[in-house]
Amino acid sequence: MAILETRNLKKYYGRVRALDDVSIDVDAGELLAVIGPSGSGKTTFLRSIAGFVKLDAGHVYIEGKDITELPPEKRDVSMFFQNYALWPHMTVFDNVAYGLKLRKMPKEEIEKRVHDVLKLLDIEELVDRKPSQLSGGQQQRVALARAIVVKPKVLLLDEPLSNLDAKIRLRIRFEIKALQQKLNLPTVYVTHDQEEALSIADKVAVMHEGKVLQLGTPEEVYKSPVNFFVADFIGTNCVLTLKVLDGRVKIGNKIFEVSSKETARMVVRSDEAEVLEARAEPGKDGLRIPGEIKGKLYMGSKYRYEIRIEESEDALFVNSGESFKIGEKITVFVPDGSYFVY
Amino acid sequence: MNVARITLRIAAVVLILFIIIGPLVGIVLWSFAHRWYWPNPIPQEFGLRYWQMVFRQGRILDSLLLSLTIAVIVVGLSLLFAIPAAYGFARYRIPMERVLLVLFLMPQAFPQLPVFINLASIFNRIGLGGNMWGIIFAHTMASLVYSVWIVTATFRSIPMELEQVARNLGASRLKTFFTITLPLAVPGIIASAIFVFLWSLGEFTAAFFIGAPFIQTATVLMYTASMGYNMQIASVIAILLIIPSILFMIIIERYLKAEYLAGMGG
Ligand SMILES: Nc1ncnc2c1ncn2[C@@H]1O[C@H](COP(=O)(O)OP(=O)(O)OP(=O)(O)O)[C@@H](O)[C@H]1O
Ligand SMILES: [Mg+2]
Repeated sequence: MAILETRNLKKYYGRVRALDDVSIDVDAGELLAVIGPSGSGKTTFLRSIAGFVKLDAGHVYIEGKDITELPPEKRDVSMFFQNYALWPHMTVFDNVAYGLKLRKMPKEEIEKRVHDVLKLLDIEELVDRKPSQLSGGQQQRVALARAIVVKPKVLLLDEPLSNLDAKIRLRIRFEIKALQQKLNLPTVYVTHDQEEALSIADKVAVMHEGKVLQLGTPEEVYKSPVNFFVADFIGTNCVLTLKVLDGRVKIGNKIFEVSSKETARMVVRSDEAEVLEARAEPGKDGLRIPGEIKGKLYMGSKYRYEIRIEESEDALFVNSGESFKIGEKITVFVPDGSYFVY
Repeated sequence: MNVARITLRIAAVVLILFIIIGPLVGIVLWSFAHRWYWPNPIPQEFGLRYWQMVFRQGRILDSLLLSLTIAVIVVGLSLLFAIPAAYGFARYRIPMERVLLVLFLMPQAFPQLPVFINLASIFNRIGLGGNMWGIIFAHTMASLVYSVWIVTATFRSIPMELEQVARNLGASRLKTFFTITLPLAVPGIIASAIFVFLWSLGEFTAAFFIGAPFIQTATVLMYTASMGYNMQIASVIAILLIIPSILFMIIIERYLKAEYLAGMGG
C-alpha cells in the first residue's frame, strides 16, 4: 500500500478545471515529479494534499487513513510554498525551528536539528538573519529547510529550485533526492523543468488543464509519450506540421497511418537527430529526411542548423559537430523511437 | 533662471513653515505672555505665571489626567473589538461585509454636533451623562471606523500563505494567529492605536455634551478658558495636549522601521 494515495480529486474554480479526476499514489521513498505548463493544476494538487483546497470530489489517504476532511495542521505533510512564504518577523533560525517548537522538542534537540539542516543546505551562516536580508536563492533554501526539518510523513515541494542558479540547483537537486531516500520520504516534486523532473523522479506525472495525461517512469514518459502534448512537453523537440493524404502521411523514407484528417504533427527529439551528407547511409534504422541548410549558428563545440524540408513549412533545428555550408543539400537522420506522429 | 528657482523654493519652504509652525508659535507665545495687546507682534511682558497656575491648580491637571485616562481606555476597547472584527473581515467571507464596514463610518459621517447632542440626551436618561464611561462609550463607537478599517487593511496585506505555512507545520488556527498574524500586524495596530488615541485626546463635542458640567476633559477646559478670554491657560493646555502627539511621532519614527513597513506590503 502506498503511503500517499489520491483518488479522483476534482476541483473546479468556476469553469476552470484546476483538478480533473486526478488519482496518483506515492510510495515510501518514492519521488513523484509533477510537471506541466503554468496553470495546469500542479500547485492545486499539492494544496489539496496539504489541506488548503476544499475538494469538489475525491479523497486523500495517508498510510491508508482518509485525511480528506482533516485540517491542515493534523495531516503531518510538509509543503514548500512556491513563493517561499518565509515569516518576515522571524530570523532564519526561528523560521526553521517553528515546526519543531510546536512538536515540543527539547531545546538542544531543536538547535541540533536546525543546525544540521542548515548545514546540509549550505546556509549555516545565515542563521541569525531576517528573510529580508537574504537573496532569493537563500530564501528558497531556508523555506526548504523549514519544510524538511520536521520529518513529515509526506513532503510536498512546489518548484523548490526555480530561483537557484544552475550550479547550486544541480547540487541541491541531488541532495533533495538523497535526503528523501535516506528518510524514506514519499515526495511530490512540482517543477516546470522537464529535465529536472526526468533526472530525479521515480515517477513522472504530466499534467495539463487539471488532468494527468501520463503517469509513468521517466523512461516511459520520454520514450513512449501517450499523446502529442506529452511528446512535445518532454524533451527538446521540433514540431513539424505535415499534410495528410488518404489517412496517410509521407515524410522522407517513411509512411505513417494517422487518424487526423487534414494535417498531422510530428514531434522530433532534436537532441537525437543528426545531420548527414545527402548520400550517406546510416548504419541504424530510422527516419531519413532530405533537406537543405538554411541557417547556421556557431555554438562552440558544435553548430546549430536550421533545415528546410519539402514535406513541411516548419524548419527543423538540429545540432551537429560537422560543418556544412548554407544552401547545401543534406539528410536529417532521426533514429527510430525519437520521433512521434499524431 | 537658477536664482528664480531658488527664490521660489525658499518662498515655498517659508510658506509651509508659516502654515505649520505659525499657529504653534502663536500658542507658545501666548502661554508665556503676561500682557499681549493688539497690535504688538510679540507680547509686552513674558513670564511663567500661567504655567505655574496650571500646575498649581489641581483642576487643570485633573482634566489632563481624565483626558489621558479616557483616551487609553478608548484605545484598549476599540482594539479589543477591532482586532477580531478586522480579522473576520480580512479572512472570511462575511455577508454584507461592505454594509457593515460602512456602518462603522456612521458616527463620523454626520455632523458631530447633532449626533452627540442626541447621544447625550439618551445618556442622561440612562445615567451615563456627566460620567467618564459615557464619553468612553461615545469615543469608542466613533473611533471604530479608524481602528476597524486600518486593522482590516493591515490583515489583508498579510499574505494568506504566511498563515498556511504555520498550519502546515502543525499550528492550530489560534496558535497561527498569535505567532504569525498578530506580530505581523503590529505596525498597523500601533498606527490605528495612535490614531484613536490622538483623536480621543482632541475630541471636544462628545466630551462637552456628555461630560459637562460634571466632568471636564482637557479640551473642554481649554474651551472654557478661551471663552473666558484666558488665552494663556488655553495655550498651556493646548501645548500639554500636543506633547503626546509629538511623543507618538517619535515612537512611529523609532519602531515602525522601514523593514516592518516593507513587510506589510509584501
Ligand atoms: N483560488 C483560486 N481561485 C480561482 N482560480 C484558481 C485558484 N487557484 C488556482 N486557480 C486556477 O486553477 C488553475 C490551476 O492553478 P495552479 O496554481 O494549480 O497551477 P500551476 O500548475 O501550479 O501553475 P504554475 O506553474 O504557474 O504555478 C489555474 O487556471 C488557476 O488560475
Ligand atoms: Mg504553481
